[in-house]
Amino acid sequence: MATYSTSEFRAGLKIMIDNDPYAIVVNEFVKPGKGQAFNRVKIRNLKNGRVIERTYKSGESVEAADVLELEMQYLYNDGDSWYFMDQTTFEQYPADKAAVEDAAKWLKGEEICEVTLWNGTPLTVAAPNFVILQITDTDPGLRGDTASGGSKPATLETGAVVKVPLFIENGELLKIDTRTGEYVGRAKN
Amino acid sequence: MSESWRPCADNKVIKLRAEVLAKIRSFMLGRNILEVETPVLAHATVTDIHLDSFCSTYSNPHQKTDKILYLQTSPEYAMKRLLASGTGAIYQISRVFRNKEHGKLHNPEFTMLEWYQPGYDHHQLMQAFESLLSFFDIGQCERISYGDLFTQHTGLEPHTCDTVKLGRLAQKYGLLSNGEERSVLLDFIFSHKIAPTLGNSKPLFVYDYPECQSALARLSDGRQKVAERFELFINGLEIANGFHELTDADEQRQRFEQDLLFRKKKKRPDIPIDRYFLDALKYGLPECAGIAVGVDRLLMTITGSEDICDVLTFPIARA
Repeated sequence: MATYSTSEFRAGLKIMIDNDPYAIVVNEFVKPGKGQAFNRVKIRNLKNGRVIERTYKSGESVEAADVLELEMQYLYNDGDSWYFMDQTTFEQYPADKAAVEDAAKWLKGEEICEVTLWNGTPLTVAAPNFVILQITDTDPGLRGDTASGGSKPATLETGAVVKVPLFIENGELLKIDTRTGEYVGRAKN
Repeated sequence: MSESWRPCADNKVIKLRAEVLAKIRSFMLGRNILEVETPVLAHATVTDIHLDSFCSTYSNPHQKTDKILYLQTSPEYAMKRLLASGTGAIYQISRVFRNKEHGKLHNPEFTMLEWYQPGYDHHQLMQAFESLLSFFDIGQCERISYGDLFTQHTGLEPHTCDTVKLGRLAQKYGLLSNGEERSVLLDFIFSHKIAPTLGNSKPLFVYDYPECQSALARLSDGRQKVAERFELFINGLEIANGFHELTDADEQRQRFEQDLLFRKKKKRPDIPIDRYFLDALKYGLPECAGIAVGVDRLLMTITGSEDICDVLTFPIARA
């Protein structure tokens, strides 16, 4: 079992706590002048993203989490799993619904995603920051209305629904920021 | 070319440091307190279980074998030898060295003001230190006992409550290890949950510490034994630590031996006991109180800085 000493703690390090993998966000050295030294860490649960605070006695060892972040290409989904391919080994990894939860609605195929593997299995999948998707359904555009600031829902080819300005037409290609789920602009063909 | 050759502290702070040192010296001069110097390198060092000394190798041209000399974590042993020899009140502004300490509030090398006042107890020294602080426009201080403070924050009585209860509270506050000794639990709860809230409106002296945290302080005679020790907190930062000093050589030796036993158990390096210091205690250390002040942290307080690097010319990463 690989372990880390508290002296190796730094932001980004992946450790195990209560059988869950965590990433260190902030590591702080705390020591009363005459007292015990501690490492106080803010850590992010890699399964659910929740950030908590914990403290170790300095000098202790902590189990390392077998976590890897890899760029992988999204291939297809068969209804149960979403399949991703490691670009260097060409190995394929099935990701379950929980892992792709936030990313799936932006993926149509061939996108390069950041896949976090835990013990060899996809734990989370992050869609590319920006994707270009076609509108399959929206109300007819209001020509010339580029200034009123109003918006309407538009359904994209992946099924995701985003808010778009009123002048956008059915069938147009849009650039979307997947981190906020917001329309960025028209994509050039 | 990288910018790491430059000092971290800006010119204003470098100048301010010089002013602070000058003010300390003028305060001491006004009270007839003698400035002294003692060795930074010595054959022995503290046995304190939570302090790590740097070791260096001394090659004496008149001796065949090399010898380990320790960089001092504080000048207190040497200064107490001076007190025993009859110097009267003394102070020193010196560099001290503590291995394995590095963070926003710690640099392994730092500046300490160490000050001893024969005939004082810890309360009188708090008073005198407050007068020094007024030189830096640091206003009137408040005082509270460790016991009252701890109970206010946690509902537990730190001197008497069950260690298991402290353990449960520490766990609730996020400590990830079990079966810790009492002193570690108190350190954790105090440093994580109490200290950060202290001294925000006015500087706060906390006094009379639990017996297990006595270090070099004497124990009170009262029904509940407490260590006659104090610390000063300003904006959550520990600025100073003081003792009504232990003068009993036998008890001091026992505390050293306890430390060494603990070090052995934890497989920490063995350390020679400072025989000169013990001999001085046997000869007779006058009743006195002493205080150690982190000068860098005092500067942080004055400048409102949150990182010790801001007040150091070249912190360890640039040293």
